[in-house]
Amino acid sequence: MSRKLILAAVLALTAAPAAMAPAAWADEAPTGGKPPVPVTGEQVYRVVCQSCHMADAKGGVGAAAIPGLAANPRLKAAAYPITMVLKGRGAMPWFNDTLSPAQTAAVVTYIRTNFGNSYGPVTEADVARFAGH
Amino acid sequence: MEQTGRKTTRRQLLSAIGMLGGSAALYNMMTSLGYAAETQFTGPPKLSGARPGASVIVLGAGLAGMLAAYELTKAGYKVKVLEYQGRAGGRNWSLYGGDTVTELGGATQKVGFAPGNYLNPGPWRIPHHHRTLLHYCKAFGVALEPFIQFNHNAYVHNTDAFGGKPQRFKALAADFEGNVAELLGKALDQKGLDADVTAEDRDRLKEALRGWGMLDKDMKYAKNLHSSEHRGFDRPPGGGVNGEPTPSDPFELREVLKSGIWRNMSFFMNNEFQTTMFQPVGGMGMIGKAFASKVQPLITYNAKVSKIAQDKKGVTVTYADTGTGAVTEAKGDFCVCTIPLSVLSQIESNLSPKMQEAIAAVPYSNSVKIGLEMGRRFWEEDAAIYGGHSFTNQEIGLISYPNNNFLQDGPAVLLGAFAGGMGGYHIGGMTPEERIEAALAQGSVFHPESYRKEFRNGVSVAWSRVPWMLGCCARWTEETRAQHYQTLVAMDDRVVLAGEHASYVGCWMEGALLSSIDAITRLHKRALEA
Repeated sequence: MSRKLILAAVLALTAAPAAMAPAAWADEAPTGGKPPVPVTGEQVYRVVCQSCHMADAKGGVGAAAIPGLAANPRLKAAAYPITMVLKGRGAMPWFNDTLSPAQTAAVVTYIRTNFGNSYGPVTEADVARFAGH
Repeated sequence: MEQTGRKTTRRQLLSAIGMLGGSAALYNMMTSLGYAAETQFTGPPKLSGARPGASVIVLGAGLAGMLAAYELTKAGYKVKVLEYQGRAGGRNWSLYGGDTVTELGGATQKVGFAPGNYLNPGPWRIPHHHRTLLHYCKAFGVALEPFIQFNHNAYVHNTDAFGGKPQRFKALAADFEGNVAELLGKALDQKGLDADVTAEDRDRLKEALRGWGMLDKDMKYAKNLHSSEHRGFDRPPGGGVNGEPTPSDPFELREVLKSGIWRNMSFFMNNEFQTTMFQPVGGMGMIGKAFASKVQPLITYNAKVSKIAQDKKGVTVTYADTGTGAVTEAKGDFCVCTIPLSVLSQIESNLSPKMQEAIAAVPYSNSVKIGLEMGRRFWEEDAAIYGGHSFTNQEIGLISYPNNNFLQDGPAVLLGAFAGGMGGYHIGGMTPEERIEAALAQGSVFHPESYRKEFRNGVSVAWSRVPWMLGCCARWTEETRAQHYQTLVAMDDRVVLAGEHASYVGCWMEGALLSSIDAITRLHKRALEA
């Protein structure tokens, strides 16, 4: 092996560390927990959403804000809450891999028809429409 | 060079380099190829020669921000750090008796721990290959002690196995391995693997299976003193009249499989969770305190950033004092922004549209930690568990035992929950009182006689409700990495981001530090070119 060839090989190997690196394992909590499976919109809200949006759906303000869902006109267009629950944005995580379409429809319906909102229900079909995009 | 046989090819390459450049060159090359080290750390940054008067605003006094402030000051920059909280350290944090925690929604907890006891709400263990963090611990005089990551004698609990009775890790792991060894031995004997192994290798493999799986001479995993050496004895070896040990009964394979023990076994094999692991003496927050002691005069606390604006001349950061509400502008030539993306995505800026899109595209995970102070160390005294974790498939995820002050009298703090995923959301959505009750109810499965009896007080931190985080850690996906990562870490004119979110060592302090070193190294280069 010539010296030049070795150097070229070294460069080739060191230039692509990302491809060779093993997946990074985050020091976050294990996810093997077995919570009760929520069915109704209210149950989904209690088990999942209120962790951030609070039991009264008023959110909270610190260095930044967790938006309140109570009396929130942005819930009027169903596409917005459905897409947020499915795909997340900003601090909000996505739930398309943890909540079923039925759970998603139920919880979006729940927040759109409670906490001072009255925008009507959404269906699983509505959720499916946005899940595809 | 051929693509096949990378390992052999690399070894050939290494020996060639060894011959050409001597062993020092070989070691350096091994390091850069990842054989001798499992981190990209190559030593602290050696920045020097900043232009006279050049200044940097650092946003956030977590580890990434404080490393930047420390190293840039050494390089000659005038540095100002803005921190939202009244303390430095960020997620590097320990709670002690007398501390108070107020979460979004207003719930306030006062920590009632006895002196010396603590909870690490955030990071709590340091892998031996996180060399950047270890470097600064040494440099700043942070004393480390072992973190008992792997305890064979702790429990594994699964509601679907053994009628919900927890079993010792060692017994489940021994039975899993013993059964796998026996089954594989059978497959070999039945010539089921003849297409895959030579006759010679088959003999070697059988020998390996017998030794590894604690099989008897007939290649059976059975009740005997041999298998008990791994899984534990019914009556352990002793002295005198009753010194002779008696063996224990292996569990039914069906129950062993249902317990999911392979998940726990596999967990300990992960690069980031292999022993040796460390913790600072006195709490993880000692690291943040040590960093803060180096940069304290540079930090402005209680500063809530509302705007980041840059132009051709510099960066202007608008912030309000969270106590008085007074609004101030800070100006610098450059800015290192370590604010978590969950918060940064809500701060007004004139960063490039691509950067703003990247900042908003990375959601945050949640997790909940709960500290439970117990009146005595019943896990040590009654169950011979010294540090480490007992795992459960309940929402709390695990309980973890203190790794210090073994065998001592007096109260000690258990980690009563490390809940993530859906369990983390559920517990996080509870009131602090409800969280403690859930932790006691679920954790009691491991130590039913003592858990509630010895409980004195507790505190919980749900990261989704931490006012300065709104979550735990940045959650990248393959898609967002491909679409946004390089934008996120690139210098956006005079602003560069740093933190665990700007690394591939996500959710670890090491990622925050490596990211910061990379960011300030590029910032310095840019500043000298400007």
